[in-house]
Amino acid sequence: MPRLPTPLTLSDHPRGREAEPTGARAPGAAAPPPRGRATRRRARGEAATAWAFVSPSVLVILGLSVIPVAWSLLLSFQADDLVTPSRWVGLGNYRALVQDPHFSQAVRNTLLYTALYVPLSIGLGLLLALVLNRRIRLVGLYRTLIFVPFVISATAQGVLFSFILDPEFGAANSALHQLGISAQGFLTDPGQALLVLVAISLWSGTGFCVVVTLAALQDVSPSLVEAARLDGAGRWHLLRHVTLPALTPVLVFLVLWQTINALQVFDLVYVTTKGGPLGSTTVIVYFIWEQAFKNFTAGYGAAAAYALALALLVLAVVPRVTRAVRSRAGADDRPEGAAR
Amino acid sequence: MTATTTTTTVPSPSASSGPSSGPRRRLRLPFSGWHLLLAPLSAVFAIPLIWLVLSSVMSNAEINRFPPALWPSGIDLGGYRYVIGNALFPRWFANSLIVSAVAVVSNLLLGSLGGYAFARMRFAGSRVLLALMLATMAIPFQLTMIPTFLVMKRLGLIDTLGALIVPSLVTPFAVFLLRQFFLSLPRELEEAAWIDGCSRLRVLFLIVLPLSRPALSTVAVLTFLTTWNDLTWPLIAINHDTQYTLQLGLTTFQGLHHTQWSAVMAGNVITVLPVLLAFLFAQKSFIQSITSSALKG
Repeated sequence: MPRLPTPLTLSDHPRGREAEPTGARAPGAAAPPPRGRATRRRARGEAATAWAFVSPSVLVILGLSVIPVAWSLLLSFQADDLVTPSRWVGLGNYRALVQDPHFSQAVRNTLLYTALYVPLSIGLGLLLALVLNRRIRLVGLYRTLIFVPFVISATAQGVLFSFILDPEFGAANSALHQLGISAQGFLTDPGQALLVLVAISLWSGTGFCVVVTLAALQDVSPSLVEAARLDGAGRWHLLRHVTLPALTPVLVFLVLWQTINALQVFDLVYVTTKGGPLGSTTVIVYFIWEQAFKNFTAGYGAAAAYALALALLVLAVVPRVTRAVRSRAGADDRPEGAAR
Repeated sequence: MTATTTTTTVPSPSASSGPSSGPRRRLRLPFSGWHLLLAPLSAVFAIPLIWLVLSSVMSNAEINRFPPALWPSGIDLGGYRYVIGNALFPRWFANSLIVSAVAVVSNLLLGSLGGYAFARMRFAGSRVLLALMLATMAIPFQLTMIPTFLVMKRLGLIDTLGALIVPSLVTPFAVFLLRQFFLSLPRELEEAAWIDGCSRLRVLFLIVLPLSRPALSTVAVLTFLTTWNDLTWPLIAINHDTQYTLQLGLTTFQGLHHTQWSAVMAGNVITVLPVLLAFLFAQKSFIQSITSSALKG
């Protein structure tokens, strides 16, 4: 399931805890002393109500994540075909994974895809956002046109582009023909297929970077920009010393977000190339899917999934830790900068 | 973060009077020069979609000749007639609609209940539960997809819409987003009603939810977008073609009718249309939903 941006801020949590003793929070439990027993009974009733409220969500969310995560780990040590009882193989799946040339090809393809897609989508998104952040006519229309492909499903994109890029009937080759360029194989050419997939993803994914960056740009304090301008900062310096620093948190978020999504690309590959030609577009998730649901080696697929999940975990945790360390170090001088 | 450096001044006299007032080289265009860049660029984004609509109203003969026609000579609805007359396509559309509608309604309902309890009510273990739920958002889907398939199989739901509905009943995202929003509301109104003897459920439905329209619409929009557009999970959970969703049906349809491009493109238009219409009608809320959930991260 392609997931959308998820706010992972636990930071307000301790703040809530601090605030509690100070004032009239939760009228049931933290009520002032006069009404003793009635309050306690009410608090107990409240807890029951609260559990009734959260239990459906808890059941679905934890039931379909905690159980599968544990099960998946178990599976990765087994040989399982999803039908007959499974057999314990220990680290056999992982050992096979390291030696599997198809898996290493999938890793290489995924990394290449990510290395191209992430910087290009963010760079292009940043440039477009900077241009769209000015007061000219039709900006709303441009923004809409650039963003629209983002809401279209990977399936529909895949079907559309396999038609446009069809080597025989496609409009792309017909257009190239009129320009005097020879027909291209596009998705059927092992040398081009992955690059074409990156291009399709850029077509649909750049708009996301644009609107997110644009929203952040509109939050850049106008007084800061004005102050810098009065100090004689030129356009380039304004960008370099005011705008980009203000955008840093959003750009960091985008790098993370786009990377996590790029490492998990699947739908587009399934619809357009099914991993081919010659395995040139087999990405990791496609490899996992193929192992589990096509070759019926679910244990092997689960091992590959765990390998990828570990990589994603490192990716998600490392920047957060470094950011936490850095923000603690720089917490003292920031208010000063804002005041100036 | 390094905003302090802005005070390092650059005393260049030409830039001091603002970027738009150089008296020399003013080759006044009747419009801003940026249009020369933006118009072709946004055309690149628009052309594939225009081509999608155009090819869906071409006849097969027009599409299949070489070089293919780039503009239809007339409107031929043969593709649409073929798709709608197909025994399965309308069924797929209905399946997608059912799954998405149930997911949206249940995310709103369960997300509100859970979010409200986490925002306003105190119960043992609430912090741990919330943290756990948040942590599940970081679990990549491919890690859970194989065992989820096995769980659904045990429940006897494989090859039914139930297998598609159950995992999308409620997401941690919905619970968390609504909780954050409820926390931002003033508590006074609720407290008044609470003291008057209103139950928590009534307070939630009569006072809190009517004030929470922006957050609810964000949840609705993003839930609809992800469930309608999903391919991976239906591909795993559904084998029988009467239970396909539209996305899954479309890829199969393309595989089976490879030469009937106008029908495939008509099917594609039908697949895209609900999301596109929803987007065009509620563009602001769409973009706000996506940026607000991104910027908080």
